Amino acid sequence: MVSFVVFLQRELTLLARQKSDWLNPVLFFIIVLTLFPLGVGPEPNMLRIMAPGIVWIAALLSVLLAAERLFKDDYRNGVIEQLVASQQALMPFVLAKISGNWLSTGLPLVLLSPLVALLFNMESASLTAMALTLLLGTPVLSLLSVLGAAITVSADKGGILLALLILPLYIPLLIFASAAIEAASIGLGYQGQLAILLAIMLFALALVPMAVCSALKINVS
Amino acid sequence: MFKWLHPLAKPETLYHFCGKLSPWLMASALFTLLLGNIWGLGFTPTDYQQGDSYRIIHIHVPSAIMSMGAYLAMAIAAFTALVWQIKTAQWAVLAIAPIGAVYTAIALLTGMAWGKPMWGAWWVWDARLTSELILLFLYFGVMALHGAFSDRQTGAKVASLLAVIGSINLPIIHFSVEWWNTLHQGATITKFAKPSIDPSMLWPLLISLLAFKLLMLWLTCVRLRTAILENEQHRPWVKQLVGKV
Repeated sequence: MVSFVVFLQRELTLLARQKSDWLNPVLFFIIVLTLFPLGVGPEPNMLRIMAPGIVWIAALLSVLLAAERLFKDDYRNGVIEQLVASQQALMPFVLAKISGNWLSTGLPLVLLSPLVALLFNMESASLTAMALTLLLGTPVLSLLSVLGAAITVSADKGGILLALLILPLYIPLLIFASAAIEAASIGLGYQGQLAILLAIMLFALALVPMAVCSALKINVS
Repeated sequence: MFKWLHPLAKPETLYHFCGKLSPWLMASALFTLLLGNIWGLGFTPTDYQQGDSYRIIHIHVPSAIMSMGAYLAMAIAAFTALVWQIKTAQWAVLAIAPIGAVYTAIALLTGMAWGKPMWGAWWVWDARLTSELILLFLYFGVMALHGAFSDRQTGAKVASLLAVIGSINLPIIHFSVEWWNTLHQGATITKFAKPSIDPSMLWPLLISLLAFKLLMLWLTCVRLRTAILENEQHRPWVKQLVGKV
């Protein structure tokens, strides 16, 4: 537990010093959102219908953008090798990575969602649903992108490969999140979809850190 | 059973075992494939609703089932490779991946060809179609990941890890037609209930299913043998074998 706190402090210090690491994905998120009205036309009713999907796709892409550099520096300067060799500190390190990634890319998206709802004329019911799905879904995005980054850390050409590996795994999340927002927009209950999102999150939280650890071990051996 | 399986982890033994197995598998695969497809495509009665176009199920259903079966086999091999650190199991993962990808592609393409006259569209964003498409991407991911590492050993291990992670998609594909009420029809053949298909159409379908399974096993044996030779080329037994031929 102590080492988790230490690693988390380290992550947050690094993020505070390299602001581009977390600012760029957030800016990217906003830019992708502005592209959609330009691409499909500014018709307000259509945008309101499409908004949940657009927001979620923009969130997937921006989290993916942040994922690529997650382990690169630690891999190059040998931190990961030392952690694998020490046999104990790897799991707290991985958990701290995931938390740091969520705090720097997932949480800003949740906080930005009211602004997005304003831009796309969403109703308050849809806004609540969107914020809740993002709150439950972005941890899963962080978990899976950390997993993808760990798998490809020693690969020669990581970037595109990471997208190819991780995007298919995001799909169940996308399906349930947009189903929840759609149900909310027509005034139906969406607790069921939220419960499934929560289940996916807990399931991922239980299994993904172990997979990340073994991926890192394979990559340094 | 473990006593019997254990020697097969040794590349040389596995090479000869696959060599003994593959002529039998080839003969039975080709025989059942011809029998099932000629019977199914040529001699089964015409469907009262769909006409002759339903006949594509004799290719579509077996390849779709085996696309998942191949993934399951690949995931089991990957799990074995990761847990017990068996090299030959890693090669098996990479041997199965392209075969499974081709089966998935066949299932998708035949489904599209059937969907055009029946549903009026080549592609529908239905739960089962989408999840089958994801399966194709997972196969591609496993193959691409293996190719992305300059160190072969690491590439094979990481690809195995991804294969295990991706197996989460299998139940999603299998139950997609039950969880979401979508356009794709539910399962026709189940183990427990009486099948909702006439016996005259069922038998050729089952034979085709067996044929696709045998074909996969045969191709896996062939590819695995090649992989063993490729990876063990510096070993004396391979040199001796190649010198003899």
